[in-house]
Order: sequence, then C-alpha cells, then structure tokens
Amino acid sequence: MTEARSSTRPSVIDARGLSLTFTTADGPVHALSNVDLTIEKGDFVSFIGPSGCGKTTLLRVIADLERQTAGTITVNGTSPEKARLDRAYGYVFQAPALYPWRSIASNVALPLEIMGLPKAERLRRVQKNLALVNLAGFEKKFPWQLSGGMQQRASIARALAVEPDLLLMDEPFGALDEIVRDHLNEQLLQLWAKTEKTVVFVTHSIPEAVYLSTKIVVMSPRPGRIHDIVESDLPRGPRPLDIRETPEFLKIAHRVREGLRAGHSYAD
Amino acid sequence: MRTEAIAPLRAAHRPHAVSRWVAESAVPVLAVVGAILVVWMVATYVLNVTVQRDALDRAGTPYTAGELFLATYTMERPILPSPHQVAQELWKTTVGTPITSKRSLVYHGWITLSSTLVGFGIGTLLGIGLAVLIVHSRTLDKSLMPWIVSSQTIPILAIAPMIVVVANALGVTGLLPKAFISTYLSFFPVAVGMVTGLRSPDRLHLDLMRTYTATSSQVFWKLRLPAAVPFLFTSMKVGIAASLVGAIVAELPTGAVAGLGARLLAGSYYGQTVQIWSALFAAALMAAVLVAIVGMLDRIVRQRMGIRS
Amino acid sequence: MNALLAPLRGGGVLPFLAIVAIFLAFPLPGDATSLGLSPVALGGLTASVVVAAALFLRRADALAIGLGLVASFAGAALLIDDLPDGPLPAGSPGMGQGFWFALVAVWLLAWTTVDRIAGLSPRHPVARRAADLAIPILFGVWLLILWEVLVRGLGVPSVLLPAPSAIGAKLAAETATLWADFRQTFLKSVLVGWALGCGSGFLVALLVDRVPFLKRGLLPVGNLVSALPIVGIAPIMVMWFGFDWPSKAAVVVIMTFFPMLVNTLAGLDAAGRMERDLMRTYAAGHGQELLKLRLPAAMPFVFNALKINSTLALIGAIVAEFFGTPIVGMGFRISTEVGRMAIDMVWAEIAVAALAGSLFYGAIGLVERLVTFWHPSMRR
Repeated sequence: MTEARSSTRPSVIDARGLSLTFTTADGPVHALSNVDLTIEKGDFVSFIGPSGCGKTTLLRVIADLERQTAGTITVNGTSPEKARLDRAYGYVFQAPALYPWRSIASNVALPLEIMGLPKAERLRRVQKNLALVNLAGFEKKFPWQLSGGMQQRASIARALAVEPDLLLMDEPFGALDEIVRDHLNEQLLQLWAKTEKTVVFVTHSIPEAVYLSTKIVVMSPRPGRIHDIVESDLPRGPRPLDIRETPEFLKIAHRVREGLRAGHSYAD
Repeated sequence: MRTEAIAPLRAAHRPHAVSRWVAESAVPVLAVVGAILVVWMVATYVLNVTVQRDALDRAGTPYTAGELFLATYTMERPILPSPHQVAQELWKTTVGTPITSKRSLVYHGWITLSSTLVGFGIGTLLGIGLAVLIVHSRTLDKSLMPWIVSSQTIPILAIAPMIVVVANALGVTGLLPKAFISTYLSFFPVAVGMVTGLRSPDRLHLDLMRTYTATSSQVFWKLRLPAAVPFLFTSMKVGIAASLVGAIVAELPTGAVAGLGARLLAGSYYGQTVQIWSALFAAALMAAVLVAIVGMLDRIVRQRMGIRS
Repeated sequence: MNALLAPLRGGGVLPFLAIVAIFLAFPLPGDATSLGLSPVALGGLTASVVVAAALFLRRADALAIGLGLVASFAGAALLIDDLPDGPLPAGSPGMGQGFWFALVAVWLLAWTTVDRIAGLSPRHPVARRAADLAIPILFGVWLLILWEVLVRGLGVPSVLLPAPSAIGAKLAAETATLWADFRQTFLKSVLVGWALGCGSGFLVALLVDRVPFLKRGLLPVGNLVSALPIVGIAPIMVMWFGFDWPSKAAVVVIMTFFPMLVNTLAGLDAAGRMERDLMRTYAAGHGQELLKLRLPAAMPFVFNALKINSTLALIGAIVAEFFGTPIVGMGFRISTEVGRMAIDMVWAEIAVAALAGSLFYGAIGLVERLVTFWHPSMRR
C-alpha cells in the first residue's frame, strides 16, 4: 500500500502528519487529516478522489495558498512560503484565469513582468512557451476571442513561462470536453517528458489520472485523507492514447476505482 | 473543489451573527462617524475663532483663551455651527415646537415629504408602465429607449424652478408642481431599471416557457415580472433619493415659504447657519429613512419570493 | 395587454388609419377655414400619404420606407407652413379640425415608417447601425415637429411652453450670453469640481483600501451619503467660498467625491479569487497586484462613477448658482429669466446644458470604450 520502490531521486515535496481544519458554522471541517506524502523529482503525481476529499486543499497547501493547522510540509526542502517567494512552481487553475484586458502574449508575460525580467527575455519566453502549447500566432488575440481549450493552453504557457521545476495543476481540463481534453492530456505528457518537470495534478477522472501519472494518490473525504498510493508500471515518458485499452492500464484503473469505492461511502 | 476553500468564509456569518455584525460593521461605522464628529468639532473652532475673537475684542471686556474656545461653540451665527448646536436646533424645531407652527421642522419636512412621496409613487408607476410597453414593442424600444437613456445625462433638475413658476402662473400651486418634478426624476431610473429587469431572464428560461407554449402575458407574469423585482427595488432606491432632491430643489428659488428647501434658502438669506445645517440634516435623515424603507421592502419581498440576497 | 399592443405590432392598422385621417382632413363644403392648404398642396399631400400608406399595407422595402419618409416630412413642412406666424389672436379657437386630421394622418404615416425601419433588422452591420441611429433620431425630430405644431396650432402662450423654433431663435440671438454662462458654469465650476472630486475620491479609495477597518466603516457611510440631497450644502459653500465659481466647484467636489469613493472601493474588490491567488503564486507585492490586477479590474466601476458624476456635477453647479452668484452662469440665468418670465431664454439655457451634459457623458463613454474594451458589456 505504500511506496513500492524506494528511490534515490531527491524529494520535491515532503509532507508529514499534515492536517488542515476549517472552522465553520456547522463545526470544524477536517479538510486534510494526517497526510503523509513524498513526491520525488520528475514524478507525475495525480491526486484523485470525490468532492470534499481535500485534493485541491492539499495542492493549495503545497502552493502556500492555504496553511496547514498541524504537521509539516517542505517544498524543495524549504517551507511552502519560501518556495512561493522563490517562484519555485507554476500553478494552473481550474479556469484559465487570464486577465481579459491583456492580450495572450502579455498574459503569458505577466509573471515575468512581476519577476522583473528584462523585455527581451520576456519576449523570448513568451514566444517559446506559446509555441510549446501550439498557440504561436495568437499573441495579439485577447483571451475572450479564443476557445476554452485555447485559453487553458495559454494559462499552461503562462505557468511554464516562469520556468519552474514544479508544476501544480488543479483540475486544469475539468471544464473542457472530452476530445479537447484527450488532446491536451497527450500534449501535457509530451511536454512533461521533454522538460523533466515534476507535476502535481488534481483530477476526478480515473482514466486521466492513470494515463498521465507515474503515481496516483487516491484520497477519500470526511476527513480528507490519503487512502491509497498507486505506483504506475506503465512506461514513463510519452504514452499513446490507446494505451488506455491495454490490460496493464485497466489493471491500474481497476485498483484506483477499488480504492475510491472503499474510501467513499455513498450513503451520504 | 473551490467551494471547500470558500465555504468557511461564507458560513462564518451564521454562528454569532450579532456579535459578528457588531465587530464587522457597527464598530467600524461608529468609528468613522466618531472621527467625522471629531473633525467637525476641530473645524468648528478653526473656522469660527477669527470672527469670535474680533467680536470679543470689539466688546472690550477682557477674556481668556478658554473663554474664547468655548465661545466659538456657542456663536449665534457661526461660520460652522458645532454638532451640539445643530442637534439642539433639530430638537427645538421638531419636538419643542408645535407641528402647526411655521418654525417647526416637522411641518416643513412634511411639506417636502408629501410631494416627494406623491411624485415618487406616480413616477414609479409610470416608469413600470413604460418599461412594460418598451419590452413588448420593438419600435418603442428602438425609438424611445435611446432617449430615455441619454436623458439621464441631462441636468433635468435645472428646470425644476421653471416648472414651479410656470405652474404658479397657471394657478397651480402647492404640492402638485413639486410632485411633478419628483415624478420626472424618479420615472427615469425606474423605467431603465425595469426594462433591464424584464429582459433579465436568460435564453434558457424563455425557451422553457416556449416549450410550454406560454402566451406572452403568461411569460410576463410568471417569468419576466418576478425576474425584474430585484431590479425594480434597486432603481426605486435611486428613484426615491432623486425624488427628495427634486422636491427640495423645487422649493429653492421660487419664493416657496414652506418645505426643507425653503428653510435652506431662508437660512442662507438671513445668514442663519444653524438653521441651514439643521434643515440639511433633516433632509439627510429623511433620505436615509426613505432609502432604508425601500431597502426593507426589498428584503421582505425577496424573502417572500425565496430569493436569497 | 396583448390585445392592446397587437395593432402596434400587427402593422396593418396604422397605415389604414392614416388613409382614413387624410380624407377626414378635407374641408367640408362651406367650411373654408378648416385647412389653409391650396387644393394643389392638399391633393399632393393626400396622394402621397395614400400611396405611401397603401404601399406599407403590402410591403416594407426601401421604396416604401423612402416614400413614407418623404411624404411624412413634406406633409409636416406643409402643415408647419400653414401655421400663423405670430401668436394666435386672443379667443381664437386655434386651427380647425381639418388641420388636426391632416396632422394625425402625417404622424401615423411617420410612425408606420419608423415601425417598418425597426422591423427591417438588416444583415449588414453598417446598415444595422444606421437603422439603430436613424430610428431614435426620427423619433426625436417628430417629437420636435409635434411640439412645434401643437404649441403654435393650439396657441399655447410662450410663457408656458415656447415652440422649438422660438427656442432656436433665442439660441442664435443670445450666443454671446449663453457662451459666457457656459464658460462660467461648465468650464470653471463643473470641470474643476468634477476633476477634483473624482480625483480625491479615487485617491482616498486607494488609501482606505489598505485599511480594512476603515473600509468597513466608510463603505456604508459613503453609500448613505451618496443617496443624500447634498446639493443642499450649496448655501453653506456660498457663504464659505464666496459668490464666484469656487463655491460652486466646492459643491461639485462634495457631490462627486462619495460616488467615486464607493465605486472605486467596490471595483478594487471586483477581481476574482482565482485571479488574486494567481498573483499570490507569483509572490507579487501589494503595488504590483494593485497595478496589474486590481486597478484594471476596477476600471468599469471607476468609469461608472465618472459618468454618474458628470451629471451630478452639472446639476450641482447649476443648483448652487440659485443661492448667489456673480451675474453670469447657467443657474443664475435660469433663475433670473424665470423671474422675468422669459421662458424661451430658460429653454435655450437648458438646451445648452443638455447638450453639454450629453457631450460630456459621451466623451467619458468614449474613453471608457478604449480603456475597458475587454469588459463583456463592451465586446462586440
């Protein structure tokens, strides 16, 4: 049930006994309870689970958008706050969150402006990353002139432009239709293989999690906790989309589904 | 997933609603009001001290700095009256004077209030009626609506005195000319707000009514009108405030002898600053109460309709 | 309601009524005073109204609309020409019934024309914009025509309501006075007061935004004050700042300050949660977040306040002049001319105020279009 192979790669994220409790009118809500998790460099880790299992909260704690109430967590060996101030990660939200008054190019340049990079460097990175997500030629368009899938790709380019080693993605394709989603999944995997980044990916789709990940963290709600961690033995690197019909894939998907079922009672 | 992060913030209002309200609204508001009073008190001294010193010098009797300080707060015609002078005057002219007297602020307030309310009532009904016509007639929508919208950019209030004078020339005096101005001023916001409101149901809801083959009057009563209610109350709040301003301005340069506007004008003629300020506060209080009443109606209707604000 | 609106929409009734009305306009035998048109003019008018209306009964194409426009305007011109030049003599019954029937016929034709233009909904964007512009303009022109004809035809005394032509004549004759008033009231009191009031409201909002306690206290107070009859402060400002324009500008400053404060504060909170989180992930400082996220997001609110305030400023300046002013200014002119019963001059002044107000508002709207082009309400 725990990590099958011990690795020599350095750990990027290390959480021990992590808990987060919100106080609300209806009493405390245990969004995270006693979470232990190690994510190693170069991993593609998915958090999967039903609503309220704390997967987004866990990602937000890693990003220092939320603070734990107990336990410890390090990102790149330091506190999440230090990591955030070092701009150690890129974050992709559920929605594109592009600023409508900025063109696509200047949206991608936004974090670079804040970091104070010189103009030439900004231009170089914008071009490079827009090309990476197949959006070259759309620099001058405004977000609301593009489709939802293109907007989300632009927001991924924006996260990549920071050139972080760690990419945090919170259900980035949740609002897209399945065809666009498949396509972006494939592109994301190619990108990951090319850049050797560490990716933490929140989803509630089993095929998406299994297709993308090297490691799948199955979470369950009330209190939010880790139920199972599934190591994938599918080949690392780019995977063809039809890998999803192979017995190996289905085996992993089955284990994830079993984990979700066991961790979640449908009574409530 | 985002809801789990937001939920505690939103839910937080419930547990100790009263103590929360005190901490989050009442205390800051009282602090701001208190700060305004302090600034006012300081300004009273600063603005009045020169005049008062001159007056005391002329009187010839020696005085101390303390006496000068106190005297600036009790002048008969101060540049800026102190808060307690205004409060005293308000008390004296409301509670301390019989309401039939020409010196009673209740009497003057009632004159202004009655034309405000009559005008507001007519204006609201007219505005709703016109909005209904506009929503149902394409030609009216295209021809009249641009004028209604652009008429809001015109300082309509400037014609208030003229209307009163013309009406007086025709022998129409008293409440009606002023009410007419209030009508005019409240009519536009209500018409514009209602047109927006009656158009606010989205495509899906309208399509749903189409699948029921609802007649356009059924669509109106069951969908458009309920959807327009929040817009109606928002514009009524604007409308009633505008009505009051209209009634007051209508009382200004026309030789009107009664009403809050007339009190303002009389005060400015005779340099009775305390009177001006108390009339001003009475008007402000009236505006606040009127807007609050509309706001309360809004909340009651929303609760009845099951809309959570 | 449906039954009531059906003829307005159905379309056939209005041109039919126009035809009926134009025949009712014919003078009865022995009643020569009814309509002063020559037989040729009456015949031509009748023919064109009948042809245009009949055409509308069948179709609504460019030919029908063009004919409708020409016939209705030519008819209006004939009728206005038929009006007596001077005021109607006392005790005169006014124009005869033939005149009014002709007017009704011409007006019904005009209304049908406007109705048909509204029903065109052309495909080409330029044509559509032209139609959207033409309809309210036609409506406005007809409002003026009816105003002119009713005032002169019914012999309404000019003390009560002058005809548009009289107001126009006054506008042309008193240009110098009107310009002086405009300069005093608009260029000095309104513009200076508006700029100072909006500017200070905006700056104070930026400061208050940094102190949550102050913000929670000021927002309700600011909202309340925005609804108060602040113009009433004018006599006090006149006492403090004197008769000339600075006292008017002071009233305008106070009137425009709170709407700007409240709107800017609301606007600074308008940026979404996700957009703010994004800034946090970039470890952006307060200034960067303000400049790159919250100010741009606040712009629609700021422009809303600028537009509201443009109207408030004009009202404030004019009303404040009722309380004392040097012998120039739009408010001064309105109140003195009202006293002298020179209502046409008052209307001329109001026309200037209306024009200035709309142009001011329109100019702000144009800048708004450039700045907040991205806002859903501005996208085309």
